Amino acid sequence: MRVESMRVKIFVSLKNGVLDPQGKAIERSLHTFGYAEVQDVRMGKYLELNVEATSREAAESRIREMCEKLLANPVIESYRVEIEDGTP
Amino acid sequence: MRWGVIVFPGSCDEQDVYDALKRDMGQKVRFLWHKEDLTGHFDCLVLPGGFSYGDYLRCGAVARFSPVMGGVVEFARQGGLVLGICNGFQILCESGLLPGALVRNAGLQFVCQQVSLRVEETDTPFTCEAKKGQLLKIPIKHGEGCYYADPATLERLRKNRQVLLRYVDAKGKASPAANPNGSLDNIAGVCNETRNVFGLMPHPEDACNNLLGSEDGRKIFSSIAAACAQTERRHA
Repeated sequence: MRVESMRVKIFVSLKNGVLDPQGKAIERSLHTFGYAEVQDVRMGKYLELNVEATSREAAESRIREMCEKLLANPVIESYRVEIEDGTP
Repeated sequence: MRWGVIVFPGSCDEQDVYDALKRDMGQKVRFLWHKEDLTGHFDCLVLPGGFSYGDYLRCGAVARFSPVMGGVVEFARQGGLVLGICNGFQILCESGLLPGALVRNAGLQFVCQQVSLRVEETDTPFTCEAKKGQLLKIPIKHGEGCYYADPATLERLRKNRQVLLRYVDAKGKASPAANPNGSLDNIAGVCNETRNVFGLMPHPEDACNNLLGSEDGRKIFSSIAAACAQTERRHA
């Protein structure tokens, strides 16, 4: 089976209900600068990585496993995964 | 009894724990490097405070995968006593040995101060020498000590009486003003359901000698020693 390299983007964010004081501080700063239209700032983490897999599905299942085990803490965080096409 | 203090790269309170146990409490203590297998007999393992693995990704997230942690989980499963202080508490939560998680302090700032704690339960090896409702003066020093658990977990903690310490004011009231980091329900320390694993943000090792302003931290260590002595007597 052919193994491809894929670029993966992972977005980790705090679940609703978990206090996000950093998001709040950023929101206040934006208000101070006059961006009154801004609301509900939530700060998260963004990771990019290359992964080798035989299919997108195989890659996704491995990435989800990594997220559950290490990259996100399911008690407080949720995550979203985007896999880019390997073909340049 | 024998104490083991686990040292991760980036731990920084292991010497304080060692000194408090050995010098102030006259206990037998040994350091355990995180790469060691957990061999030999221990009655209580302590995961000290600090910044294990630089606290990269999340506090305690990487330390959880240290070689020694497999042994710690097994030790806990067999009923061994495990005490996690500050970063140690974070590691125990990340490992799933304790419920909930510790997130950034609500005020965003690192807090370093003496706090008053109320002992909520005394039917545990970690608090058996204290009186219910007793106040302890013990310092905290952390940036991510805001305890969080989802509502269902929080309800379970209350039902099983797993909250052992709460932040309170000088009168013993768990008020918002007495909460230094935004922890849900003023929670400062919780144990697992089987009551043999305990994690807390305050540092009892820094309150075992009057030179440091308080000796109230001794209550935690002397409780553990008393509980172990009782177990030994039962097995003798």
